Amino acid sequence: MSRYSCPSCGYVYDEQDGHPREGFPPGTPWSDVPEDWVCPDCGVRDKLDFEQEGTPA
Amino acid sequence: MTSAAVEQGGAGEPVVEAPTWRDGKRYAWLLGLLVPSLPLMAWGLAEATGLGVFWFIGPFVVFGLFPVLDLLIGTDAENPPDSVITWLEEDRYYRWCTYAYIPLQYVSLVVACWLWSSGDLSVVESIGLALTTAMVAGVAINTAHELGHKRASVERWLSKVALAQTGYGHFFIEHNRGHHVRVATPEDPASSRLGESFYEFLPRTVAGSLRSSWELEGKRLERRGKKPWTIHNDVLNAWAMTVVLFAALVAIFGPVVLPYLLLQAVLGFSLLEVVNYLEHYGLKRGRRPDGRYEITRPEHSWNSNNVASNVLLYHLQRHSDHHANPLRRYQALRHEDDAPQLPTGYAGMIVLAAVPPLWRRVMDRRLLDHYGDDLSRVNIHPRTERRVLARYGGSSAAGGTA
Repeated sequence: MSRYSCPSCGYVYDEQDGHPREGFPPGTPWSDVPEDWVCPDCGVRDKLDFEQEGTPA
Repeated sequence: MTSAAVEQGGAGEPVVEAPTWRDGKRYAWLLGLLVPSLPLMAWGLAEATGLGVFWFIGPFVVFGLFPVLDLLIGTDAENPPDSVITWLEEDRYYRWCTYAYIPLQYVSLVVACWLWSSGDLSVVESIGLALTTAMVAGVAINTAHELGHKRASVERWLSKVALAQTGYGHFFIEHNRGHHVRVATPEDPASSRLGESFYEFLPRTVAGSLRSSWELEGKRLERRGKKPWTIHNDVLNAWAMTVVLFAALVAIFGPVVLPYLLLQAVLGFSLLEVVNYLEHYGLKRGRRPDGRYEITRPEHSWNSNNVASNVLLYHLQRHSDHHANPLRRYQALRHEDDAPQLPTGYAGMIVLAAVPPLWRRVMDRRLLDHYGDDLSRVNIHPRTERRVLARYGGSSAAGGTA
């Protein structure tokens, strides 16, 4: 399970948690998130700009 | 949002050196509550003096007094030092200044309905009160804007409540997920184009923003396996607040209040849209090598440091920093040196926008100077493109297409 963060506001998409409100249930892999999906907190950066965080597990 | 620097002091007062720096505007933010008090002031002044003209105090203050105050008081480009930003954002005083707008806003609306239904006002006076109430409604969208950008669900809910008076509940969807993504591109209904008058822009932004908010929520719900016609649709549940509010006011005060409620709602959201009009006029983002638009930078918003309008609108005029950091609280927004500046505050620019020839006289040259007369970098209205290129296109890269 990986984490991807918005370089603008620091929002983190954690595959483990997903984002149910946005339609990504817990466990939704990042690859299933559409490319045109924008940061749900700031709306400044889209998925392609997100940065993968260190993968602990 | 990093709160580490604050937490190290343990419980109680934040320890970040609540420093030598003082926020000169700290208590000025309370002036933001002037606008939602205007219907009450109108009532008091009309009662005390017997002069019906006071029912029109709202438009007088917003379109008359504030443009003059902007000119008299001038500008303030001071920024809080980076070291106090966290401390400043964590100081809850500032958010209470914005929360307080909402109860005042609704007390004023209820009082206005009571006055409309009392039979004591002439039709002209009632219309004056509706105009004054519209100023409250329109500036409430600015309050809703500040709250709707935050992560806390309480603030997002308060944002919807503030929008109920204008029926503009879809704004907090479209603004955050639509406008902020497409700002300063021809695809954004809420970014105005060179050569587009406010009166052309208004129907385009109202209809386009509505359509976009519906599509954004529809997409989100589709991913969740739901149809758009559900109470979980944030556009629908925000509008439902307006329906309930207006129905309750009509039930209590009678159908006589309905035309005035509708009038203040339409004028209220038009006030928001005229502000949208001037925030990004003609500005356009370039493309990255992969075809995507470049990241929104300071140069993609019009700014102003005029103190009076900035205090009234919670630093909305520090618009470039807002677009770079939409979650940043108003008190911490910064002036950007490389951002294009309007010649005066938003209040005065609204008045200019209402008179398109005047607007174009002031703004078109300023916009072209910003882009060094390179028209290929300007967001141009298709209807006027040929004329604009013919008029200004001499030294332009895009001139050849005219």
